[in-house]
Amino acid sequence: MARLFPLAAVLFVLLLAAPSFAAGSMLTAEQEARAEAIGSQLRCLVCQNETVEESSATLAANIRMVIREQVAAGRTNRQIMQWMTARYGDFIRLDPPFNRLTLLLWSMPVLAPAVGLGIAFAAGRRRRAPPPPLTEAEKARLAALLE
Amino acid sequence: MQRAALLRRPFLLLPLACVAVAGLGFAELLQRAGEGRYNPHTVPNFMVGRPVPEFSAAPAPPGAGFSTADLQHPPQPVLVNFFASWCLPCQAEEPLLDRLKAGHVPIWGIDYADQEAALKGFLQANGNPYTRLGADPKGAAAIAWGISGVPESFLVDRSGIIRWHLGGPLTPAIVADTLPRLLRKYA
Repeated sequence: MARLFPLAAVLFVLLLAAPSFAAGSMLTAEQEARAEAIGSQLRCLVCQNETVEESSATLAANIRMVIREQVAAGRTNRQIMQWMTARYGDFIRLDPPFNRLTLLLWSMPVLAPAVGLGIAFAAGRRRRAPPPPLTEAEKARLAALLE
Repeated sequence: MQRAALLRRPFLLLPLACVAVAGLGFAELLQRAGEGRYNPHTVPNFMVGRPVPEFSAAPAPPGAGFSTADLQHPPQPVLVNFFASWCLPCQAEEPLLDRLKAGHVPIWGIDYADQEAALKGFLQANGNPYTRLGADPKGAAAIAWGISGVPESFLVDRSGIIRWHLGGPLTPAIVADTLPRLLRKYA
């Protein structure tokens, strides 16, 4: 009997959770997966480093609801994304498109190592340049020191 | 000697220059934030210049609610104001809304993520500046309008085009200068 208790507890918690799933209207597992995929690509506008899918802000919950409504209405991922960017701009996308504004952002993985290698190469070459030959006075001083 | 080394290798000054430029940038941001011209939490809104989106605000006593169709051809420009009873900046901007109401500017309020009883208390305590009033308990209308918090305001012209947006509370300067100018322009 005691062994059954954890199972009963789990079932009870699931029972409590059921209405919140039901509130997401009648999505199939595939539709729910699509809604989650879209939500994971959107920035929560309140906690700006979290995705809409993982944020607990009210606004994120509302956006999740809107996404699910649109998925249920048969809109494509692209249409839903466009609906969101029409309102919040590319700022809401955690995977921003390549354009004039994001040029520097997207080229940085190539640009930064290239600049770094360039500096390292220039510094290396400068260091390898041989020292100027010793003058007569220096040669004499060196000889004296080595005596 | 030190000076000669720096002259021979000007690249040594590069990190210092970067820090100086960043410092000037931060100083400018702080300056703008202090003057209210920059708010790091503001999310850009892309609705200006576009028609009022598909939305519907449910009845919110004493208001009967409204939707897209009501805003397509209003007789004069309308200030659409998203607010909530739990939002302190909304409470703070209320006297400014009263001032606009006194100047016969129609203000249509959308009560965001709120409860009827709380709204009633809010209107009793602060007065009701709204010509029309609707509720958006689930926040669907808020997202259709592209808002990211309350209060936010929009000016809708007589052909149902959004002409102006403010993400945050109204200020005396906006009520005294910006809005009258826009209302004249779109009257």
